[in-house]
Amino acid sequence: MSLRSPLNRVLGLGSAKSGTDHFWGQRVSGIALVLLGLWFAVSLVQMPGFSHAETLAFIAMPLNSVLLLMLSVTVAYHSYLGVQVVIEDYVHGHGLKLFSLIVSRFVHSLLAVAAIYAILTIGLGA
Amino acid sequence: MAEFRLPKNSRITKGQHFAAASGASNLRQFAVYRYDPSNGGQPRMDTYDVDMDNCGPMVLDALIKIKNEIDPTLTFRRSCREGICGSCAMNIDGGNTLACTRAIDDSKGRIRVYPLPHMPVVKDLVPDLTNFYAQYASVKPWLQTRTPPPPDQERLQSKQDQELINEPAACILCACCSTSCPSYWWNSDRYLGPAALLASYRWLVDSRDEATGERLDELEDPFRLYRCHTIMNCTQSCPKGLNPAQAIAETKKMLVERKF
Repeated sequence: MSLRSPLNRVLGLGSAKSGTDHFWGQRVSGIALVLLGLWFAVSLVQMPGFSHAETLAFIAMPLNSVLLLMLSVTVAYHSYLGVQVVIEDYVHGHGLKLFSLIVSRFVHSLLAVAAIYAILTIGLGA
Repeated sequence: MAEFRLPKNSRITKGQHFAAASGASNLRQFAVYRYDPSNGGQPRMDTYDVDMDNCGPMVLDALIKIKNEIDPTLTFRRSCREGICGSCAMNIDGGNTLACTRAIDDSKGRIRVYPLPHMPVVKDLVPDLTNFYAQYASVKPWLQTRTPPPPDQERLQSKQDQELINEPAACILCACCSTSCPSYWWNSDRYLGPAALLASYRWLVDSRDEATGERLDELEDPFRLYRCHTIMNCTQSCPKGLNPAQAIAETKKMLVERKF
């Protein structure tokens, strides 16, 4: 039991003075994903086939490589921001919340770097 | 972590049925949430048959009739009975509203009455609004200025400036909006909720207030403001027809605007 006043509890540790960058980043990456997603969908429809060789040839084209890199990074960033919101909404234990946020950041970073590595490997013909 | 089973004192059981006196023909049935924490029991749903030939048209009229004539232990808040005090906010047929402005004829069949959702219950239909009022107080809902007031007159506003605060100032703090918001349900300890944010917006757009920056500083927080995910239940449930969701969106726009 705590004898803190209700106002004391509401004021808590004060304002974090952040959140706007998160909000703005989510909107901007959302707009980017609409454009990149449209390009990606149209590209898939126009693919002559999905054999291994044809797919590699598609990824290796310079414009496609660049836009795929953009798409991968933006998806990972947007997804990280979204998952963070879900965790903050629903995970209430402070330790578990921090742990989940760290795991989410690691997983999203790993996926983004793996995608970048794969696209660069194919694009640069290594 | 998320709990999927309600705690024991939140699981509702079947209650008593209070039949109308014989001879009444025009009956409506009201199922009302009953809970008395002092006897340690579980909440129950009591049902009352109300003779509509001797009852006013609003849900509050029926509740008052039940309390006066059928079951004096029924507990609820009420005062003005005309939608301006906000006391009789409750959940009627699944939506938060004021019992005094909700017509019985707007419901079909049995009318279900619960307290405002996801709040501690003091008794029956009376929720504990302590945290809600503290959140309202936390946004400093009063005029803050640095310019001294004119010695010979009030601080003036243009008609256009007044119109900006006209709607948000009409909030009666009934808590229908905040308690309809899922984000508020999960995080009401840190998220201020639509009512407090609407009150804050009322002062953010007040042309006479000179603490806009400080107010925005205090709101800029992942929980206080940004738990709003534009679910819009607040706007849908407001019995005064106000738009807290838009006020929150405008506040978010101000925070972006001052960055660029």
